[in-house]
Amino acid sequence: MNLRKRMRLPLVIAVFLMISGIALAAAMKSVQIKEGALRSTPSFLGKIVAKVAYGDRVEAMDNQNGWSKVKLAGARQSGWIHDSALTHKKIVLKAGQSDVAQGATGDEIALAGKGFNEEVERELRGKNPQLDFKTIDQMEKIVVSDSQMRQFLDEGRVSPQGGAQQ
Amino acid sequence: MNTSRREFIRTIGRLTQWSAGILPFAGLLSGCKTLETVSTIGAQVGAATGMLTESQAQSIENSGKAVARSFEDITPEQEYYIGRTVGARILTKYSTYPNKRATAYVNLIGQSLARASDVPETFGGYHFMIQDSDEINALAAPGGLVFVTRGMLRCCRSEDAVAAVLAHEIGHVNHRHGLQAIKTSRLTSALTTLGLEGTRTFGGQELSELTKTFEQSISDITQTLINNGYSRKFERQADQDAVTITKRLGYDPNGLLDMLKEMEKQLKPGRVDFVKTHPSPESRITEISPKIDAPKWIPDVRQRRFQRALAGI
Repeated sequence: MNLRKRMRLPLVIAVFLMISGIALAAAMKSVQIKEGALRSTPSFLGKIVAKVAYGDRVEAMDNQNGWSKVKLAGARQSGWIHDSALTHKKIVLKAGQSDVAQGATGDEIALAGKGFNEEVERELRGKNPQLDFKTIDQMEKIVVSDSQMRQFLDEGRVSPQGGAQQ
Repeated sequence: MNTSRREFIRTIGRLTQWSAGILPFAGLLSGCKTLETVSTIGAQVGAATGMLTESQAQSIENSGKAVARSFEDITPEQEYYIGRTVGARILTKYSTYPNKRATAYVNLIGQSLARASDVPETFGGYHFMIQDSDEINALAAPGGLVFVTRGMLRCCRSEDAVAAVLAHEIGHVNHRHGLQAIKTSRLTSALTTLGLEGTRTFGGQELSELTKTFEQSISDITQTLINNGYSRKFERQADQDAVTITKRLGYDPNGLLDMLKEMEKQLKPGRVDFVKTHPSPESRITEISPKIDAPKWIPDVRQRRFQRALAGI
């Protein structure tokens, strides 16, 4: 009995840490896309107020229809970014950083370049010269800008359904 | 090991079981957490309080991880590299249609649609390309590289129909259907054993093993995309997405029905391309029609630019 009583405190502490840990983790997020933008409104029509890059840490302040209002760590400027660009994990760009050394787990951090990465692609390309990565690189360069998109939709009388997405 | 330490490990075990019970609640707080998180946190608490040794904590973590490996563990960055290679392989089967105007037009429609989808942001973004082939086909590589044949575009009689084809492919990307074709055993070896060290340079043997697993994963996907096709369920989901996404952006989802009717006319008996990998146009029309309202009027200006952009298709 005595032992059981003594066990209660750590149990309570463990539960508290679990719940508060999860709640805290939700506030800080990382950018999980190569390049992204923070916008003035929760919409792709919103003006771009800042650029973000893979691994950037942001503080989430608000959420509306799948968009988060975030602020870059240490910066004043805040802006909106779609949730699909964010992860709750911390992204470690270089191995050997302190988090990795401390043995943080895969659920809290994502190691950039883990598993299938550029090095693996290079190895595969070496062995399979017939694979057409040159055209893939060209394809990735086709990027429609905000203004081109707006003009295209306007000219074709394509009217987005007032959704937050657009 | 003394009594209290053993007792604590048992408590952690119970805590983990109990935590699984409150998982839906934890999910509400965090967005998406798995059983793995719970056992990880349990193990960390144990280790931090000195009640578990590092190796005991590690083994609790590992047991959580072993069951959690699935396509969902693939990071957007890895998805990107998988998609590039799937695309590079698709391009060995189909050459590119070198028409800048048509390609730009398809990208204007496709990239606008992607922004109206549930996953508008992927690691490398969405990009579209036309393949110089009479085959009726459209393929999406993970991460957002979409390939559509001239044969498929010939089944489209309006911009709204082109939008439906592209939105269907965006739906496959959104739901990560391609990644789900990868056999679980490969993911376990690639994501657990071989990929632990992150960006450090792999040793020769590790790199060659990882590349082999990578190559096999790519084959799993291309085999499904090109030869076997997705399940009926995935195709139905992508058709539903086509309706949702086109509507959100402001296109008429009747474009999907128009395209399917035209495809039915053009599919000749004995053709093996699209028929092999997709349910029949007729069955798709039957399933999706009830979800589409009456046709809208398509502005002339939109129809004219469609005809101009795809004139030579």
